[in-house]
Amino acid sequence: MLVTRRDRMIWDLHCHFGALAGNTPDLKMEKLVRFADRMGIERLCIYMGHPFLNEPTPAQLRDQNDQVLQALRHWSHRAFGFVYLSPQHVEASLAEFDRCVRNGPMVGVKLWVAKRASARELDPIVEAAGSMKAIVFQHTWHKTGGNLPGESEPTDVAELAARHPKAPIICGHTGGEWETGIRAIRHLPNVSADLAGSDPCNGFVEMAVRELGAARVIYGSDASGRSFASQLGKVMGADISEADRKLILGENLRRMMMPILERKGIRL
Amino acid sequence: MIDVSVSVGPWPFRCFPGDKPADLVARLKRRGVKQAWAGTFEGIFHRDTSAANARLARACATAGAGFLLPFGSVNPAAPGWKEDLRRCHEVHRMPGIRLHPNYHGYTLADTAFTELLRAARERKLIVQLALNVEDERTQHPLMRIPPLDPSPLGHAVATVPDVKLVLLNRMRAPAGEALAALARTGIYFDFAMTEGVGGVGELMKQVTPQRLLLGSHSPFQYFDGALLKMKESAITGDDAAAILMGNAQRLLR
Repeated sequence: MLVTRRDRMIWDLHCHFGALAGNTPDLKMEKLVRFADRMGIERLCIYMGHPFLNEPTPAQLRDQNDQVLQALRHWSHRAFGFVYLSPQHVEASLAEFDRCVRNGPMVGVKLWVAKRASARELDPIVEAAGSMKAIVFQHTWHKTGGNLPGESEPTDVAELAARHPKAPIICGHTGGEWETGIRAIRHLPNVSADLAGSDPCNGFVEMAVRELGAARVIYGSDASGRSFASQLGKVMGADISEADRKLILGENLRRMMMPILERKGIRL
Repeated sequence: MIDVSVSVGPWPFRCFPGDKPADLVARLKRRGVKQAWAGTFEGIFHRDTSAANARLARACATAGAGFLLPFGSVNPAAPGWKEDLRRCHEVHRMPGIRLHPNYHGYTLADTAFTELLRAARERKLIVQLALNVEDERTQHPLMRIPPLDPSPLGHAVATVPDVKLVLLNRMRAPAGEALAALARTGIYFDFAMTEGVGGVGELMKQVTPQRLLLGSHSPFQYFDGALLKMKESAITGDDAAAILMGNAQRLLR
């Protein structure tokens, strides 16, 4: 039977704990980590709380981030937090960035569906992230039936990344419909592809490695809505070299995060 | 292991790595699969399903005799489907058929569907009913296929009890009591498109281990996630043996 190998470091870029059973973020995280342990996943990047909010108010952003902070209190040895920000509320978002990243334990920024990534309102947020060498994760989809009004396409991320060529930006889900997503970001070396949260379609990882290079491809699951297993299966089943597989499973993410981890004195 | 959900033939919008039948067989064998039940992508899209099924039978015999078991496509909304069913059974010696109602344009409430179930039961054929093929959000814009409504299935199965029915590629529906009620009728489920952390374990609680089958939906999907789901849900021992092999063997008898 196929199993995950212990000599591979697996870091998961894309996790949520909010929908799991449990009265507190700590208990929800305990459940998430239990499943992660079975799959040999060492570290989880977590963001957003419960419930998912498309257009959170400043107070709701703060509450969402408080849930993540609460989870990190007991799970900082297994999880990294990304602060949930909204370009609909730039000043409040910059304050949240300072609270949670500059002066707090979080190490990245999560942007979801409040406003498209091509909007100029994202610029001060990306600049703030750059000042701390924090990763910027932008959700994207390219839905056949059409996106939400503020939901980014990979082409929106491409516009943002072109304006900020030194910022490490992750194209969340690689657009879901990944063939279009990969093509949209391939000319931008500062953009990496997140493998999470889509059906485990055969060929996704191979195309990403072929067009972007393995150093720009990152494993993530979108657990708990998705299975760790189905998403790990994309990487484990891909026709790629073992060296590329290691990069995708954890080494790329570790490399991207090391500047902010070192800056914050977070030891692995 | 028996993988009850693989396919051969070209997919119209993408070339999958290893999608030639010989490559598919080699990949599955490398992962420990001893037998795979193969449908045909052509059977989803071609109007001449008779020819698609003949090619499926030849591909299975050529690339994986005794390993790939062909499951032909039958469309009860098309004229001549009874002849297709007869050929699947009598000419190609297939153990079962695979249905794609939402691609073929009928519902599970249509009398033709019930009639097909009845005819398959008389021939002791396994009927695989694919609820989905891919996420609706990623379908090619030239081929948008609405999700199949599974709610009439309970009535259909009650009308044709003892039909050997396998639901493939269940995503979110049926769920809850509707799912449990279907499981009580004796039908089977694969978990190729089951999601959520520990999702297969949760599904197993609802339908029992005796009604679950290993299905990968290869080569459309990577095979590896199917086995990893077993590991994620810590399914071992007798339950694993039933899901990976025993239940499928029982269906074939």
